[in-house]
Amino acid sequence: MAKKTRILMAKPGLDGHDRGAKYIARALKDQGYEVIYTGIRQTPESIVQTALQEDVDFVGLSLLSGAHNELFPKIVELLRENDAEDIIVFGGGVIPEQDIPVLKEKGVKAVFTPGTPIDEVVDFIEEHTKT
Amino acid sequence: MLDKIIDGNIRAVSRAISLVENDGQDKEALIDQLYPHCGGAVVWGVTGPPGAGKSTLVDKLIKRERARNHKVAVIAVDPSSPFSGGAILGDRLRMQRHATDPNVFIRSMASRGHLGGVAGATSDAIKVFDAAGFDVIIIETIGVGQTEVEIIEISDIVLLVLVPGMGDEIQALKAGVMEIGDIFIINKKDHHGADKLKTEVEYVLNLKDTKNSESNPVVMTNANLDEGIQNLHNNIYDYLETIKNNQQLKANRKKRLVSEIKNILTAKMVEQFGKFVDINQEIEKWSEQIYNGQTRPYQLINNKIKSFIKELQKNDIEN
Amino acid sequence: MTDKKEISREKEKWEKTTLKKVTDRFPEMKDEFTTGSWLPIKRLYTPADRKADNYLENLGFPGQYPFTRGVQPTMYRGRYWTMRQYAGFGTAKETNERYKYLLDQGQTGLSVAFDLPTQIGIDSDHSLSIGEVGKVGVAIDSLKDMELLFEGIPLDKVSTSMTINAPASVLLAFYIAVAEKQGVSKDQLRGTLQNDILKEYVARGTYIFPPEPSLRLITDIFEYCGKEVPKFNTISISGYHIREAGSTAVQEVAFTIADGIEYVKAALDAGLDINKFGRRLSFFFNAHNDLMEEIAKFRAARRIWAKIMKDKFGATNEKAMRLRFHTQTGGSTLTAQQPNNNIVRVAIQTLAAVLGGTQSLHTNSRDEALGLPTEKSVQIALRTQQIVAEESGVTNTVDPLAGSYYIENLTDTIEEKVFEYLDKIEELGGMGQAIEKGYIQKQIQDSAYKYQREIEEKERVVVGVNKYQTEEEPPDDILKVDPELRNQQMDKLEKVKEERDSKKVQKSLQSLEKAAASDENLMPYILEAARNYATLGEICDVMRNEFGEYQESIVL
Repeated sequence: MAKKTRILMAKPGLDGHDRGAKYIARALKDQGYEVIYTGIRQTPESIVQTALQEDVDFVGLSLLSGAHNELFPKIVELLRENDAEDIIVFGGGVIPEQDIPVLKEKGVKAVFTPGTPIDEVVDFIEEHTKT
Repeated sequence: MLDKIIDGNIRAVSRAISLVENDGQDKEALIDQLYPHCGGAVVWGVTGPPGAGKSTLVDKLIKRERARNHKVAVIAVDPSSPFSGGAILGDRLRMQRHATDPNVFIRSMASRGHLGGVAGATSDAIKVFDAAGFDVIIIETIGVGQTEVEIIEISDIVLLVLVPGMGDEIQALKAGVMEIGDIFIINKKDHHGADKLKTEVEYVLNLKDTKNSESNPVVMTNANLDEGIQNLHNNIYDYLETIKNNQQLKANRKKRLVSEIKNILTAKMVEQFGKFVDINQEIEKWSEQIYNGQTRPYQLINNKIKSFIKELQKNDIEN
Repeated sequence: MTDKKEISREKEKWEKTTLKKVTDRFPEMKDEFTTGSWLPIKRLYTPADRKADNYLENLGFPGQYPFTRGVQPTMYRGRYWTMRQYAGFGTAKETNERYKYLLDQGQTGLSVAFDLPTQIGIDSDHSLSIGEVGKVGVAIDSLKDMELLFEGIPLDKVSTSMTINAPASVLLAFYIAVAEKQGVSKDQLRGTLQNDILKEYVARGTYIFPPEPSLRLITDIFEYCGKEVPKFNTISISGYHIREAGSTAVQEVAFTIADGIEYVKAALDAGLDINKFGRRLSFFFNAHNDLMEEIAKFRAARRIWAKIMKDKFGATNEKAMRLRFHTQTGGSTLTAQQPNNNIVRVAIQTLAAVLGGTQSLHTNSRDEALGLPTEKSVQIALRTQQIVAEESGVTNTVDPLAGSYYIENLTDTIEEKVFEYLDKIEELGGMGQAIEKGYIQKQIQDSAYKYQREIEEKERVVVGVNKYQTEEEPPDDILKVDPELRNQQMDKLEKVKEERDSKKVQKSLQSLEKAAASDENLMPYILEAARNYATLGEICDVMRNEFGEYQESIVL
């Protein structure tokens, strides 16, 4: 039985706009991945615990409220604290280009800004899936 | 890894479940090692049609279990897409408030078209949780079809959740799903038709059971508003107490073990045969042959098996 | 009098001759043409396409039932729509400066954007506020912040729209209390509260309490304002967010009106008079890309609502049948790539709203997909409205596109399809049930998915994104919110708590608690707590304890 790639799609913070996250979740499902979706208003702690329990390979964070600089690195940090830095974190939403290098430095592997075709996200996942 | 699992280390437990789900190489050894540490957990199965409110109900039951200081594990099973093989697993959304409780572990499983049935993977996952010291393991799945019935049969107690107004209650009642339910829950009891549904369910239960239907309680709840849950919880514990005392629990577990052994045996036999013949490749050819009238189903298979046994005997002699 | 049959015959002839000659050599670019919402479009519309032809019955006159042509007889000949730019960020003080700037630049009404913690009824010192304080709007923790927000702005002279839903009662109380301090009496206050909780559950996500107590708060506001703040629009029934979540134009109207029906029912159940509160209901729609579809959509919406208020609910005062609305250009249509293109998009969307007869308009800034708007960008957005108003000539007559064979056909079609949805929702037991069953969410998500797939497949072109792309430098003048804001806000909060009379606060919170458990109108109690500088979080927590919190349950 081939290992299925498992991806957690999460919305940290208070932003309730879930159209993007839901689209990505559905598109990834169509690619054959198992996507765990936990809804809006997730704290960094609950996202990390979920990632651990679900043994996911990736965590995708969607945020449109501007809180990414605080919340994304926090999640990366918590994963590290739990010996889970092998879980790959990527993000998307309303994130200015200038913020991306800092986010990457802090451990967010990729940031997909508005207008990114879904193929790019899929390629990224395939590239980084451990065999 | 074994020690960490028994210790209840989250990552170890989580990875072990992935291992059994993916049927990894070390799975069998792991299961055998975990076995002596199993038996302490009680397994609750929660099933019912989509939209019945199962996840919301489970969320409230977790709350009650935590109030008793129990460690709770939840396995939420959802169907994989038959087209892409992928899945969106969203049941835990309704239980997410427990996400940071170290004594609650929620795991989402996709049905994946497992060769051995997802029941196998679920059953193994239960052993992992059991060995890790969880007191209650709740399995949640949609109650439609054979696969789900198999899953549910792994449980010590089956909670069947129904809602009024779905239009298909009678179908569900007749579909054999009534056979496996131990406690029947009418959720969304504030909705029109709830009392009628209760009456219908009790009627069908009376028909099926020559014993009195006290042993199969019918409970009304409104999971959203947290109503009727305490009563449900009490009923669950009363029922468990009863089947513990009258040895029914033990008998069921033994029966399940029989099923499990049969399943492992069948799977292994097929696996061995598969070493001799690449079943996936050959099966296309075989169906062509049968379709074209060149051979017959039993003739073909019996011949293949004969060849297989000959091959084994040959190997034996050579060895 | 042109004979429809004759026209159809002649059209057929035209198709077989003049048209065929061209299409044989130059086929059209697509086999099928549809609106942005997938309604089929014909090559040509003629008088023969008019479904219902009775002008007086279907179109009538502006300011009169069925209001198809407008809610007001002179429309923009009497007064332009209110140019009301949604604004708010960071601290109350910064926002106050932006308001003064906008009013200076010719904006005619204020529109307050609150940050997410405020929208969810928590204070800036709550753990969930980390990273969120002041980001998408202004942070309001107590009356103190509200005072700073409106400092130097006379509340008897401006009308203020507040985009606040779950804790609308509290923000309204803050507003009234500020007015009191300015010496302005409640009955002079003009403005709008969004106060539309149903759409939060399906499209926007800033809910607090479950549906039932939320509806109670909404009708409490209706009742209170009906008596005490009569010039305030007590609800802005919103379709904007539903459209942004991915719905079609038809769904936008259908689900908004279905929400409206639910609110009217709740108000009637609470014993309110439809001819009274009906006049204070207002709506909020999206102005999307497909110019013609949008214009038709607005016209259809007016006619549909008028019919519903009259026939379904028996309103007799025509003012209670009018669908007055605010519009915002569709944020999700704007791109991060080549942001200046967005100025053009917004201009077209502005035309849609104006030709559709909007009462007030917010135009998005070109940096919508990148962050909060800079001063320069917001100025261009405002100028867009002013240019359309002053230079384009479309304001010189009422409902200029009436009579267009295409527009009238589209208007009729949209109306038809909306009523189909309304019937379906009725069958499901009303909007509340439809939401609980996940029907609405599924409709929206399916549309959103289809739309996005079309963009991925390049069937739907987004200039600069999937066609006509360029390599570009990212813009460097994006508005940044000071991350220290939360700390500053927390300090302020501490100060407020020190300086207030905590006994009075406790007492007013206790009174509120008691009232919440009964069925009294909560507004007076909330107002009292607000005056005493109880914080937003404290007031909402009292209600959380009584009402519980809503748990999202529908996935995909």
